[in-house]
Amino acid sequence: MSHSPSDPDVHHDPSIALHLEDLTVSYGERPALWDIDLDVPAGVMAGIIGPNGAGKSTLIKAILGLVPVSAGHIRLFGEPYGQQRRRVGYVPQRSSVDWEFPTTAVDVVTMGLYGQLSWWRWPGRGERDQALRALEQVSMESLADRQISELSGGQQQRVFIARALVQNPDILLLDEPMAGVDATTERQIIDLLRRLRDDGRTVIVVHHDLQTVQRYFDWLAFLNVRIIAAGALEHVYTANNLRRAYGGQVALLDEAQNRPNAPSDA
Amino acid sequence: MLSFLTDYTLQNVMIGAALIGIISGVLGCFAVLRRQSLLGDTLSHAALPGVCLGFLWAGSRSMESLMAGALFSGAVATVIMLTLTRRTRLKMDAALAVTLSLGFALGVVLLTFIQNRGGAAQAGLDSFLFGQAAATVRGDLYPMAVIVLIGLSLVVVFWKPLKLMTFDPEYAAVSGLPVRLLELFLTGMIALAVVVGLQMVGVILMTAMVIAPGAAARQWSGSLLGMLLLAAFFGATAGISGGVISALAPGLSTGPVVVLVASAIALFSLLFAPQRGLIPSRWRRRHKRSHTSSDRILLTVYELAREHGDWSYRVEQGAVDAYYGMVTEPLLQALAQRDLLKAADHMPDEGPHWQLTQSGCEYAAARSRDQSRTRRLRQVERPA
Amino acid sequence: MSLVDPTIAILITGALVGMTGALLGSFLVLRGNSMLADAISHSILFGIAVAWLLTGQTSGPVQIIGAALSGVLAVFLIELLTRTRRLRDDAAIGLVFPALFSAGVVLINVYARDVHLDEHTVLLGEIGFVWLDTLTIAGMEIPRAMLTLSVMLLVDALFVLAFFKTLKLATFDADLARVLGLMPGLIFYAHLSLLSGTAVAAFDAVGVVLFISFVVVPPAAAYLVTQRLVSLIALAMLIAAASAPIGYWMAVWLDVSIGGMMALSTGGFLLLAYCWRRLRDHRHYRSRSLEPPPASSA
Repeated sequence: MSHSPSDPDVHHDPSIALHLEDLTVSYGERPALWDIDLDVPAGVMAGIIGPNGAGKSTLIKAILGLVPVSAGHIRLFGEPYGQQRRRVGYVPQRSSVDWEFPTTAVDVVTMGLYGQLSWWRWPGRGERDQALRALEQVSMESLADRQISELSGGQQQRVFIARALVQNPDILLLDEPMAGVDATTERQIIDLLRRLRDDGRTVIVVHHDLQTVQRYFDWLAFLNVRIIAAGALEHVYTANNLRRAYGGQVALLDEAQNRPNAPSDA
Repeated sequence: MLSFLTDYTLQNVMIGAALIGIISGVLGCFAVLRRQSLLGDTLSHAALPGVCLGFLWAGSRSMESLMAGALFSGAVATVIMLTLTRRTRLKMDAALAVTLSLGFALGVVLLTFIQNRGGAAQAGLDSFLFGQAAATVRGDLYPMAVIVLIGLSLVVVFWKPLKLMTFDPEYAAVSGLPVRLLELFLTGMIALAVVVGLQMVGVILMTAMVIAPGAAARQWSGSLLGMLLLAAFFGATAGISGGVISALAPGLSTGPVVVLVASAIALFSLLFAPQRGLIPSRWRRRHKRSHTSSDRILLTVYELAREHGDWSYRVEQGAVDAYYGMVTEPLLQALAQRDLLKAADHMPDEGPHWQLTQSGCEYAAARSRDQSRTRRLRQVERPA
Repeated sequence: MSLVDPTIAILITGALVGMTGALLGSFLVLRGNSMLADAISHSILFGIAVAWLLTGQTSGPVQIIGAALSGVLAVFLIELLTRTRRLRDDAAIGLVFPALFSAGVVLINVYARDVHLDEHTVLLGEIGFVWLDTLTIAGMEIPRAMLTLSVMLLVDALFVLAFFKTLKLATFDADLARVLGLMPGLIFYAHLSLLSGTAVAAFDAVGVVLFISFVVVPPAAAYLVTQRLVSLIALAMLIAAASAPIGYWMAVWLDVSIGGMMALSTGGFLLLAYCWRRLRDHRHYRSRSLEPPPASSA
């Protein structure tokens, strides 16, 4: 190896869409993510899979700066998140917001543009047109003026995706977009994500349904607090990796058995 | 000192305050555990119109009718809250705030209605805002005691369903308990506690008597029964000391003093309770440090370096902290002094890094071999 | 017609309290933090007492800012307690504001007995007297409370106009707001600071508890009726403003507390909104019998 991976002089490769190095996130006594090294190449449709509590959502949140990072760093196209903010689209879990909020589908999509407007400027016709175009991409233009609580689960999910698309992002992070949507919508969403990938964007999806992993993604990361395996689908989608990711406890280090007793108060 | 204890008014105050503390402490535990602490706030504000109605109905300030009125308005407030949350898209917080403020507004309107008919001075209804312990007479204590007895025996009789409801309402529903009825029942119990406290603590601050003892007790006890008993004790302590202080210092309203004592107990518990208290748990964290040997930390750095296939791998301090769930800097410094680790330069957006020295690498390798040997030996000694 | 005419002064002051409260309250109700209005408005009593002890005054810009700080202090303490993970947020709210309120009452009991400042005024206000305390500005006599509240309404309105989209996104989806770099935490504190300031400005008119009615009830009523944020805010402010004259006339008619009756009138509008909603859902349900009414799904 020519230089150490944590060499401060290293130039981060801009052709790598997402670069995580030694990333550790902790919520108190135990790490939620431990020593994550991950390079997601640009232009792939990547799935992040792992059991419940593996830290999948935490990973997305850490990338976006929503949870504090204990150690390590994150680069998007070779640069810190703050400088690449506009190139990132984020689709949170649908349950993370209150769908009774008094607003319409097109208005929610417009919110994706708020970061690009100066703080005193109200969104106008131009922004609305952009939002309508994003809704068209997800075939939701006919429901643009619907109140969001009147939409079905799948329609709400598509509104969320349109909200990320309106930013015209190069990298799209989705947290369980297929949760609670019907089969037809799931197919529509996956077709849409594929089209985005074919346009040269990078799509990273937190996914929990093992049945569909092989069909949906061309790149995979198995996560269970640490990265179990990551790479092109055909290389890493093996029974062994599945077992290692889903089979019970994962030791953080070989030494882990010798850890001091964790205190009992949670 | 003895005459102090036999003073008639003071005796009344102390008995009454103890009753309030016990009932609100016990019943408040359920509200605190069920994340409905603010129910007490709403129900106590909403008791004001009931007190006024009770007065109007009886034509005098009889404790029984005031309490009956307060219970009635508590029931109406509950119905309004449930209607708002179940039949509209308003959420619990809005329903609580709406009911609280409208109930209180109605109370204020009724209060001025009574005042302007010249009855307020005699009624002394104003004292229900902040409580006036000194106004307590022996006759007031009997209805209070009856309600406390009823409340406590209901808790005893329905102990199992209440416990299940509090711990896991979904499971309670699945196992066939009438969850909605129990919910209503628990709300009614909070209303009972509020009613008992009206005279001495007042409608504005009764909420603290429902929350503070339970919240304090939660820090000391891991069992529901223990929590309830402690909460009763804390509640009684706050009630008695607050009642006595305010009775001795004329001009001090009782409610605020009782609440300040209860808050002090809660603060003390949050800080010093042995298991969950903030200071003991911080102390344990520091104590843990001396149990975690610096050798173990060196091995962690070593293993990380080995996994990354680079003996000069730089380990970030934050990662070691996260791994051990504590501050490891002093131990890392100690390792550096033994020349086993050295500080490494790092990227501007990261924390300090450490890497193995030549001697650290050799030392750790030797320790690691020792360990894996003993581990293997143990496996041999322990046949399957 | 003059601003110091009692009726005019009471009506305008009541409407100002209502509109200012409803404007800020809309975001509070939508965020699911309605009970913070309760916490803040009780906690400012502590600030009012301390400001009075230090300056001997209960009104004026310094006093408003000082007392408003205690509302912010309450919010800060609630967050601090919640963050220890030893208490849920509801218990934290219920511990903090009674303690601050009690401290305020005790301070007043001990140091400020027999002065203009007493806890009943703080609690209930006395809107009937607002026309007595006047200032002369540019040759025009104007009740002090009216002036203070107008300034607060102006400041609050400017804040909401300037940060409308940030407020909206921070209320709907705080995570996305942070991802887009909009600093929802800062907006949250700014919003609650203004709410505390408004509560302080309103206290001698309607009292701290009745202020909660104006903050929470009109937005709740509007929420049942409209589906747009802008119209929700507008309707809430309209309801609050209309409650002032309705409450006033009813209070005069029944000879009861004016502030209390104004607050109660907002409840009348909530009842109307509720009935309207039930009726509409019922019709909606019958015309599209396949879908359940959206309101009862929550």
